[in-house]
Amino acid sequence: MADFDVPEIKEYIEVPEPRVGVTAHIAPFKSQEKFQEPLGFPGELVDNWQEKAIEKMGDLLGKYRSLQVFLDICVHCGACTDKCHYFLGTEDANNMPVARQELLRKVYRRYFTFAGKYFPKLVGAIDLTEDVLDQWYSYFHQCSQCRRCSVFCPYGIDTAEISMAAREIMDSVGVGQKYCNEIIGKVFVIGNNLGLPEPALADTLEGLEEEVEEDTGVKVRYPLDEKGADILLVTPSADFFAEPHVDGLIGYGKVFHEAGVSWTLSSKASEAANFGMFIGSYENMRRIALRIREAALELGVKRIVFGECGHAWRVAYSFLNTLAGPFDFLDPNYPVPQHICEFTYNLIQEGKLKFDKSENDHMRLTFHDSCNVARASRMGNFEGGQFVIPREVIKACCNHYFDMEEDTTEEATFCCGGGGGLLTDDIMEIRVKGALPRMQALKHVVEENGVTHMAAICAICKSQFSKVMPYYGFTMDQIVSVHQLVSNAIILSDAPAEQEAAEG
Amino acid sequence: MSIVTTLYVVLFYAATVILVGGLVMRIKKYAQTPAPLKIPTMPAPLTETGVAMRMFREVAFFESLFKSNKWIWIFGYLFHFGMLLVLLRHLRYFTEPVWFWVEWIQPFGKYAAFAMLAGLLGLWARRFLVARVRYITTPSDHLMLALLVGIVLSGLGMKYIAHTDIISLKAFALGLLHFSPQPLPEDAFLLVHLALVATLMIVFPISKLLHAPGVFFSPTRNQVDNAREKRHIAPWAQQLEAGER
Repeated sequence: MADFDVPEIKEYIEVPEPRVGVTAHIAPFKSQEKFQEPLGFPGELVDNWQEKAIEKMGDLLGKYRSLQVFLDICVHCGACTDKCHYFLGTEDANNMPVARQELLRKVYRRYFTFAGKYFPKLVGAIDLTEDVLDQWYSYFHQCSQCRRCSVFCPYGIDTAEISMAAREIMDSVGVGQKYCNEIIGKVFVIGNNLGLPEPALADTLEGLEEEVEEDTGVKVRYPLDEKGADILLVTPSADFFAEPHVDGLIGYGKVFHEAGVSWTLSSKASEAANFGMFIGSYENMRRIALRIREAALELGVKRIVFGECGHAWRVAYSFLNTLAGPFDFLDPNYPVPQHICEFTYNLIQEGKLKFDKSENDHMRLTFHDSCNVARASRMGNFEGGQFVIPREVIKACCNHYFDMEEDTTEEATFCCGGGGGLLTDDIMEIRVKGALPRMQALKHVVEENGVTHMAAICAICKSQFSKVMPYYGFTMDQIVSVHQLVSNAIILSDAPAEQEAAEG
Repeated sequence: MSIVTTLYVVLFYAATVILVGGLVMRIKKYAQTPAPLKIPTMPAPLTETGVAMRMFREVAFFESLFKSNKWIWIFGYLFHFGMLLVLLRHLRYFTEPVWFWVEWIQPFGKYAAFAMLAGLLGLWARRFLVARVRYITTPSDHLMLALLVGIVLSGLGMKYIAHTDIISLKAFALGLLHFSPQPLPEDAFLLVHLALVATLMIVFPISKLLHAPGVFFSPTRNQVDNAREKRHIAPWAQQLEAGER
């Protein structure tokens, strides 16, 4: 099935002895001129690239306190060394967070610190050479920016910040990653990552309306570009057709229907994800975020709600106000933006949604905390709401729910292995190996509690798991959307009686 | 004044200037570099008070390290809090009359030196015994530990092997503080101890010891989780916006 060895799932997570260079060969396809230029990056490696790269590093050091402080203060204590899923899955020494950071830090020391300039050997400082650039390209694309290391670092050093900076430096000298940069280009031109134009979206949504009506007898609407709607829903474009994503979208529509609110999707902002974050580019991230502001203004909505998407929710929750705010033209009674899980949870709290939990009785569920929801954002108005709210939504519509082991959930959750711009088939090996810790925790609840399905609230997690679960002996349909569960169990109050009877 | 005394007087003034000047420059840099995005590691406190508490738990209890690795936590804690007590105990050389609480902690400070040593040796052992830590260790990491162990051992040497003339030493220390240099007792342990301490002061602002002031500037630990309620924007990002209008 694969041209690499799939790691074996053991009973417990075993911390491997580090091995040098075992995944040095894994690197995603490089970008080309046509994908680089629309983002404002050179098309190929520039002539004086060393000089330019160091200049860019200096520029970023002045712009990001995180980078400046994190490059200075690591003491090499080793607390993070066993925390990265890519290290646990690959055993490659450079996949230990501190070692990954050192790839950049060594160069920082050489050019920006007294000790590195005059005593390079002593402090481990090196010149920026072509070999170093190659290492950067490999290993900074073996980080999914999941922030697990940051939780466990005594100084909160976040490798995601380092990876983002490294990727931006590389982009600035013409070494970009095809997957991310091509996708960002599509967002600028067409409006979403998958390049679905407006007519295709309209068609898909019409199809969904028919499907839901056939299923339930209720005319649940999936509107596109409807001016004057109350709510703009921004959701990852995978929700429009991929499995199990689309079942989630069906669920959002049913919840809006039951809530009796008017809502719309936008063809302009037909993508929640913001890959500008993956490549560390504030400018590109901002340009992508501004589409949402523009769409909200054009459609005259009062609220913005985001669909199930992990990194998207980070940019939405933590950065949207910064990048595209202030949102003073929206209804101040609601947070901007709101997560669909918050929306559904609030309705459940108010007793406005009714469920037939038995509709999900064919499943025994667990929940995968998506890394960027867990460690880079929040839901609700209390600390840790991002852990409670999705679980409460699941429990409201399912009878059988079981959590995975404590050190693999909530703030200690393991990334799916495909986040941060790694969800591309040219680096399948790192994706499969990086999924090991999660697969292990899943296997545990499968054996202990008879769990059959894992729910997630991230488009990347869903796509990644449907692809890698078969490598570990699971099936691709064992990953489900949270709002798919909602969709299955929700009782539509205007459903025709005979339909309910027939189903019941 | 003897050559040795002159040398140490100059050394300590120079080391102090480098330590203070270097730290001020570094801290200024950290304070002035903007954090353009909200990046607290979640779940994060929703209020300033909450953030102050989080930072307090981080520096007083090493909370994140405790979650992470119990061995590093134990050794790190022994070392740092041993050192804190030892440093406080040393205040008796710089105060006249000696503050009451400095008197009070004297007996504890004595044992703290051993705690400090145990912590340092534990941390050092990890650099040899744990392959992951061995891989990330640089020569300067060993040197830093050697320096600190040297300081502790030379200090213990004065306590348990060859006492130094504490009265003269205190006169020397107070002399430094009042800019009227006094003769330094020329005992081997003391000279080594002081030379190593001065070295530590000099390397502090150009080494990983910057983690001490740096942790307070770590955006993942010092930010409030309020991105939706309050717009957070860096001056350079504001300029970017202004440039477009």
